[in-house]
Amino acid sequence: MTAIQISKKLHGPEGAMDLQFETEIKQGEFVTIYGPSGAGKTSVFRMISGLLSPDSGRIQVGDSVWFDQHKKINLPPQVRNIGMVFQDYSLFPNMTVRDNLGFALEKGQSKSIVDDLLELTELAQLHDKRPSQLSGGQKQRVALARALVRRPKVLLLDEPFSSLDLEMQAKLQDYILKVHHEFGLTTLMISHDLIEVIKMSQRVLVLNQGCIAKDGKPVDVLPIGILRGLIEKGGI
Amino acid sequence: MLDFEPFYLTLKLALTTTALLFLLGVPIGYWLAFSPAKGKVVLEALVGLPLVLPPTVLGFYLLLAFSPENSFGRFLEMYLDIRLVFSFPGLVIASMIYSLPFMIQPLQAGFRTIPKNLIEASYLLGKSKRTTLYKVILPNVKNSLLTGCILTFAHTIGEFGVVLMIGGNIPSETRVISVAIYDQVEAMNYSQANLYSGILLVFSFFVLLGVYLLNNRMVQTHYPA
Repeated sequence: MTAIQISKKLHGPEGAMDLQFETEIKQGEFVTIYGPSGAGKTSVFRMISGLLSPDSGRIQVGDSVWFDQHKKINLPPQVRNIGMVFQDYSLFPNMTVRDNLGFALEKGQSKSIVDDLLELTELAQLHDKRPSQLSGGQKQRVALARALVRRPKVLLLDEPFSSLDLEMQAKLQDYILKVHHEFGLTTLMISHDLIEVIKMSQRVLVLNQGCIAKDGKPVDVLPIGILRGLIEKGGI
Repeated sequence: MLDFEPFYLTLKLALTTTALLFLLGVPIGYWLAFSPAKGKVVLEALVGLPLVLPPTVLGFYLLLAFSPENSFGRFLEMYLDIRLVFSFPGLVIASMIYSLPFMIQPLQAGFRTIPKNLIEASYLLGKSKRTTLYKVILPNVKNSLLTGCILTFAHTIGEFGVVLMIGGNIPSETRVISVAIYDQVEAMNYSQANLYSGILLVFSFFVLLGVYLLNNRMVQTHYPA
């Protein structure tokens, strides 16, 4: 169980906003944070991962407390053991695919997981290529594989498919669902693509102006009427 | 017979200055590039000062500071048994201060080109700031490191005013090539001055040529289009 209850005053392009984020996420759940840009989605991720400190609140993952404002606990990002996939992949340009994964190894950790992950994400052929030689979809797979090297409990995906074509999106979505189950991950994804959200997630949190406006199954909380209307209009 | 001592001394000074300034420049450049502190503009301005000031001004103040007649120089001499005026260590320190912007500005600019996400990705993979600096940041700013070192090296070779003020003209200790040339010209030994100057010119050209060739090759292998 992951319990998050955080608040922070944010200063965005549209002025100040109070971000209030409070929820509980079951172990193994796939949850999407959905909402317009500027709603505070990325800030929530940054606070969960320790890159940004909340003003107040508490974050507990399993038995360990990552943040507690009253007890002055604030674990640095290094020890939170989170797998994060950035929107721009953030691969290290000076390292090959294999080295990008190897960099993530902890001291004394067996290197075999690097090969396992390269196999799993079908990157073994490309192991000695540098990021600049890869396509968008390949980079995304490297980013995903790298995020899993430390066997994190929590996986955070920040709009992981936004810069990929539809076919590649579908393929990567399958990869992510596969690793989500195989690694027993609790996964949080940021997305504003309705189809993707419906396909991937068991639960959706709709974030609007810094607050969770809705919380439930994708079909119950998303504006699916829009999609239906579009499909009928197109005669599909 | 041509005295090669000034060449040797110049090379020694340039290499020592570059090596020490590199070690000092990395942390300062890092701090200037990444620290949120508002006061860092003060340090930025200080670092940039040698670009504006005539070398003689810098040399003059360093001469005053290092002189045993004054408190700092006296302190060094009494407690650490170091005299920095008219000595090689003094030249090194003066050269480091004089070349400060030439090392730090390229480093700082290079560090700023590293996307924040790249650094955060490293933290999230459990890596400390130090490991991130060595394994992620520095390897991705190789060109800036090289530029900083070349500029510092070249700038030190070409130094004259500061060296003359703080080092004087002591053979084998502070008589670097630029001072030796000046000395020969003053003594009307034009042929000797010509020889020194010619060698320095050709040497400098080939050093730079080699470095730029290396630089171009590094750019091509590192970031294929």
